[in-house]
Amino acid sequence: MSQEKKIKLTINNKPVEVEEGTTILQAAEKLDIKIPTLCYHPLLEPYAACRICMVEAKTADTSELVTSCNTKVQEGMIIETESPRALKARKLNVEMIMARAPAAEKVQEIAKELGIERTRFEITDPEEKCILCGLCVRTCEQIVGANAISFTERGKERKVYTPFGQPSEACIGCTACAFFCPTEAITVEDLRGRQVIHEELNLGPSTAIRVPTRQAVPMVPFIDEEACIHFKTGECKICEKVCEKEAINYEMEDEEMEVEVGSVILASGFKSFDPKRIPAYGYGRFNNVITALEFEKLVNASSPTEGKILMANGEEPKSVGIVHCVGSRDENYNEYCSRVCCMYSLKFAHLIKEKTEADIYDFYIDMRCFGKGYEEFYHRLLEEGTKFIRGRVSEVTDIPLTEQEEGKLIIRVEDTLLGAIRRIPVDMVILATGLEPGMDQNEIARTFNISCSQDTFFLERHPKLAPVSTFSDGIFLAGTCQSPKDIPDTVAQAGAAASEALALADKGTFELEPITAEIDEELCSGCQICVGLCPFTAITYNKEKEISEINDALCKGCGTCVSACPCGASQQKHFRDAQIFAEIEGIFIE
Amino acid sequence: MSNEAFEPRLVGFLCNWCSYTGADLAGTARMAYAPNMRIIRVMCSGRVDPQFVLKAFAEGADGVLISGCHPGDCHYQEGNYKALRRHRLLSKMLDQFGIEKERFRLEWVSAAEGVKFQHVCDEFTEQIRKLGPLLSMNGGKDEQREA
Repeated sequence: MSQEKKIKLTINNKPVEVEEGTTILQAAEKLDIKIPTLCYHPLLEPYAACRICMVEAKTADTSELVTSCNTKVQEGMIIETESPRALKARKLNVEMIMARAPAAEKVQEIAKELGIERTRFEITDPEEKCILCGLCVRTCEQIVGANAISFTERGKERKVYTPFGQPSEACIGCTACAFFCPTEAITVEDLRGRQVIHEELNLGPSTAIRVPTRQAVPMVPFIDEEACIHFKTGECKICEKVCEKEAINYEMEDEEMEVEVGSVILASGFKSFDPKRIPAYGYGRFNNVITALEFEKLVNASSPTEGKILMANGEEPKSVGIVHCVGSRDENYNEYCSRVCCMYSLKFAHLIKEKTEADIYDFYIDMRCFGKGYEEFYHRLLEEGTKFIRGRVSEVTDIPLTEQEEGKLIIRVEDTLLGAIRRIPVDMVILATGLEPGMDQNEIARTFNISCSQDTFFLERHPKLAPVSTFSDGIFLAGTCQSPKDIPDTVAQAGAAASEALALADKGTFELEPITAEIDEELCSGCQICVGLCPFTAITYNKEKEISEINDALCKGCGTCVSACPCGASQQKHFRDAQIFAEIEGIFIE
Repeated sequence: MSNEAFEPRLVGFLCNWCSYTGADLAGTARMAYAPNMRIIRVMCSGRVDPQFVLKAFAEGADGVLISGCHPGDCHYQEGNYKALRRHRLLSKMLDQFGIEKERFRLEWVSAAEGVKFQHVCDEFTEQIRKLGPLLSMNGGKDEQREA
């Protein structure tokens, strides 16, 4: 690398040495000397539009006013940022900008600092905020690369606009212009409409670079291609410019890798039941009907509400209903029990009690507190004053019948302990959504040649004796892909699956079932029918001996070749023709 | 002879991975189904030699079932397709022998389908009960039964 040429200069009597090509503004920054700016941004080319960064630059025999943002330093320069001449020019410029954009707060601030009380020029529009600095235009051009906005007209009429004043197709809606605008003259119309709690809790993109969640492993940010300006227009690359570690890489892509392994542990997880499938519960229609996962996100310290339990209108709920078994234990959706909902619902009730003053109603069919310490926790909640109502909720509605129900969500439920239909008005409803098999469960099952049980969770080899194995050797199961289960159970099963896989690897040898097929050399006519039938290419034709031969290591013992052999030369151990004939005969012995 | 009292004798060749496990599930789930089926386990429906079926009929079976994994689910990739081909051909042959093709049935029952196995058993038994006993080829007389 060539040595950059250093330039010495003084600013406000302080000497400083900077690299060649530095602007006066940057050199002043190095000395912590503040020069006011409006149209300057370190990421953009200087434009010198606002002209309030005026300083006096002296050389041996000259003295002139220059804009510090775009004037490069020269050897021996003497800069004065607060000289009477510089201040006078700056004040004049600020006054002119004040007249142009009287509503711009940032300009008012700068004026105050300079001791200007009011402008002596004529104000045309008292509401105007735009100072025509062009920062937005340059942002759109240089950073975003969309070129959606530009200056139009001349002189007094000059303004920033989209082509022909129409909504521009070139605009990608990145809102970068509004972000860069120094005077908040650009506002972004929120086309999404009112903020509802679901949207706020949306796990979707918020900024283009982010850490997926606070608990993410590994704890590193990633670029969301959907939201990133660079992936839309090919420009921007701000993150690359500012990242000192040079960690930004736009070329990185998902990679498909082939890894050779001896065994596979399937832990493909579950998907949450979509409560929109039960329209009566009003999820998606009522803002304050939320799912368990949304509540979990709301109550998390890193949530948009910083862990406060708030409704869509920002108020704390006075009463909350928790509906159990949403999508579970229901013949219309899933017959099975999702196991985890009772306990997480109790946890929610406890959290709500802890954080709010709300009345809590818990609607359950049965309390399934099966684990260690779970029943005790249930009792604790009973003592805390959570109201437990036994019965399946039939409907959540916002149609009030009494004054008391006005403006509330009313939960209709048959209280099976009272033997009565009840209407409970609440502010917020949490749906304890059940666990469902993953989206591509059947596809995974087919890929690994394993089976699914009736509810499409993966089928284990034996419910008691081989709960982590499958019908395919070397394929093991862990977690909710096998059945709904809580974290302790998942960890236990995962441990078992890992040790099963390790046991196979440790042994170094593999045991085959003694059911492989064999070919009787004496009987084989060498017709080769079996060769084409074998799905594992275990059979080869021996040209010398003119017979077919079976490779024991490849044969999986399906017996297809045996039933096709016209001479009975091929026989499957333990499933010989004679043995099966004997079985058939045995059946009919009275 | 009244068909009411007739209890068909059925033989089922079930593949180890899907149908046999499905039948096992029907059992462990304590499902009640017709007790007429005698099950012979084979590793794959592709192992079912046409001779087995003929032998079963010859020994006195009134109906024979071959049951394997659903298409695409075969533990041995394509054994069930081979069973399908053999079933088609053998059905034609049985017809020529004078054995109604309803007596020879092919079904796909997965390991999760205990209920389906129950239905297949009940249905097949009922079907054969209606058809009546398989008469031996000896002059249309059911010697074996009468003996």
